[in-house]
Amino acid sequence: MARQMMKGNEAIAEAAVQAGCRYFFGYPITPQNEIPEYMSARLPEVGGAFIQAESEVAAINMVYGAAGTGARCMTSSSSPGISLKQEGISYIVGAELPCVIVNMMRGGPGLGSIQPAQSDYFQATRGGGHGDYHMVVFAPASVQEAVELTQRAFDVADQYRNPVMVLGDGIIGQMMEPVTMPDYKPRNLPEKTWAATGWKNDGSRPRAVINSLYIQAQDCEDMNKRLQKKYDEMAQNELMVETQMMEDAEYAIVAYGTTARIALTAIRQAREQGVKAGLIRPITLWPFPTETIAKAAKQVKKMLTVEMSMGQMVEDVRAAACGACPVGFYGRTGGVIPGVREIYNQIMSMKEAE
Amino acid sequence: MAVVFEKPKMLADVPLHYCPGCTHGIIHRLVAEAIDELGVGEKTIGVAPVGCAVFAYNYFNCDMYEAAHGRAPAVATGVKRCLPDNVVFTYQGDGDLASIGTAEIVHAATRGEKITTIFVNNAIYGMTGGQMAPTTLLGQKATTAPLGRSVEKNGYPVRMSEMLATLDGPAYIARVSVHDVKHIMEAKKAIKRAFEMQIAGKGFSLVEVLSTCPTNWGMSPAEALKWLEENMIPQYPLGVKKEVE
Repeated sequence: MARQMMKGNEAIAEAAVQAGCRYFFGYPITPQNEIPEYMSARLPEVGGAFIQAESEVAAINMVYGAAGTGARCMTSSSSPGISLKQEGISYIVGAELPCVIVNMMRGGPGLGSIQPAQSDYFQATRGGGHGDYHMVVFAPASVQEAVELTQRAFDVADQYRNPVMVLGDGIIGQMMEPVTMPDYKPRNLPEKTWAATGWKNDGSRPRAVINSLYIQAQDCEDMNKRLQKKYDEMAQNELMVETQMMEDAEYAIVAYGTTARIALTAIRQAREQGVKAGLIRPITLWPFPTETIAKAAKQVKKMLTVEMSMGQMVEDVRAAACGACPVGFYGRTGGVIPGVREIYNQIMSMKEAE
Repeated sequence: MAVVFEKPKMLADVPLHYCPGCTHGIIHRLVAEAIDELGVGEKTIGVAPVGCAVFAYNYFNCDMYEAAHGRAPAVATGVKRCLPDNVVFTYQGDGDLASIGTAEIVHAATRGEKITTIFVNNAIYGMTGGQMAPTTLLGQKATTAPLGRSVEKNGYPVRMSEMLATLDGPAYIARVSVHDVKHIMEAKKAIKRAFEMQIAGKGFSLVEVLSTCPTNWGMSPAEALKWLEENMIPQYPLGVKKEVE
């Protein structure tokens, strides 16, 4: 397909449609409105359905209903709206339903701001709602990558019967970049024999019950152990991380999403000044590239985590580095985007502090 | 030998967990009979609530969902939009539908979502042990209104059927009761009519069924039926509130 300029949110929506998403349930919130807007026009063209729900709570429960029929479906929102969806996400995990959730993060807490942020890292990677659970969290750093990861998200969701989150800072949704829509081919996925589609009682399948209630404690623990096995498999199979200029690096910058792109420019400038810096960019935030960071921590003099938050991913970086090297943090938050010069100065000051 | 009475096909052959004298069992049966008579069991998908009927997914012999508290109409919306040729119903209590789930029921109704809601109103939270419900009557005692519901402290009980009947989306809204045989027969007719409206694609349909809770009302089953008739019906008048052509 031809390369074209697309806004991130619209590109994600089109990528989802091309991956077979036919049902979208959402509620307006900046900076993700182009996703529901695009879907409202596009889905009827392909025989699907779009509903602007009465709330984010209703939207995620419509996803629960749609996902239970075996359809590919999704919702999107931004930080405060994602908080509202947490109840439904927990039920979707408990009922083992596949779906894709896009969070175009904005500043928080509370109503926060409408500008880009990365301060929902904890919420996304620790589960977010009640109960023990995880979902694969993809953090694209370009519109092209957002398209590819959105399509991958549908496959991962179907493979493990678990929600998958595409976590973009608001820039990913709002900026326009050249995109080539991939020629989407799904993974080899299991049939959805569990879906509720109407029961014929002819022995072809058991009655479908889409449910997360296990009233006996032992049954509930067994369910959790079953889910944990899936998380172990996801951690084993779905990890994605990119490294740049790490072969000879003495300083490692760990950053994801748009922040990683800004950091990369700063790293190149530092290299021009003879400072051997490199980038570690987690593409999945859960599972987290612990081993990549642990290995790097034994190689470099110092690490610096840069985020659009007050310091969330840095906790995972420190846990992975496990004391093998100092791990510093630099963050801007509330919708403020760190500049190249700021990050460059942080890199140079690591060197100067020696 | 002629069969004069049998269990509906739509009811699974398992013991119900409901308390002695509770009318949920009767209402389950009416829903099951209506679906059987309409011959749509194989394409029916039900959505159970949170509350006393939380285990309804074990009792209705069709594909079922268990929804989060109050969210059944949103879940049913998702199901129906994906499977427009199927018959989709929710089965909800008064805490579920009239308190935590008011947004979901109002918007499913006003969208004219082609689903059927069975709304069981027993004026109390049963499963959690007798707390005040949005439909608890003035003066009625509950564990969170120990001196009885008062206007000053708790405001007024809500009439959902009348509220929903003001909307353009619903095709059929009726309130019925199951406190005696005559009313049970009428309730059956209303429930069947509600499903017929959905099957005909007319829009949203809801039947509110006045129901008893002997356990949490602190009455014998017989006293509870009498209390329903004498106290609930004046507050919640029976009848068809809306019916389109």
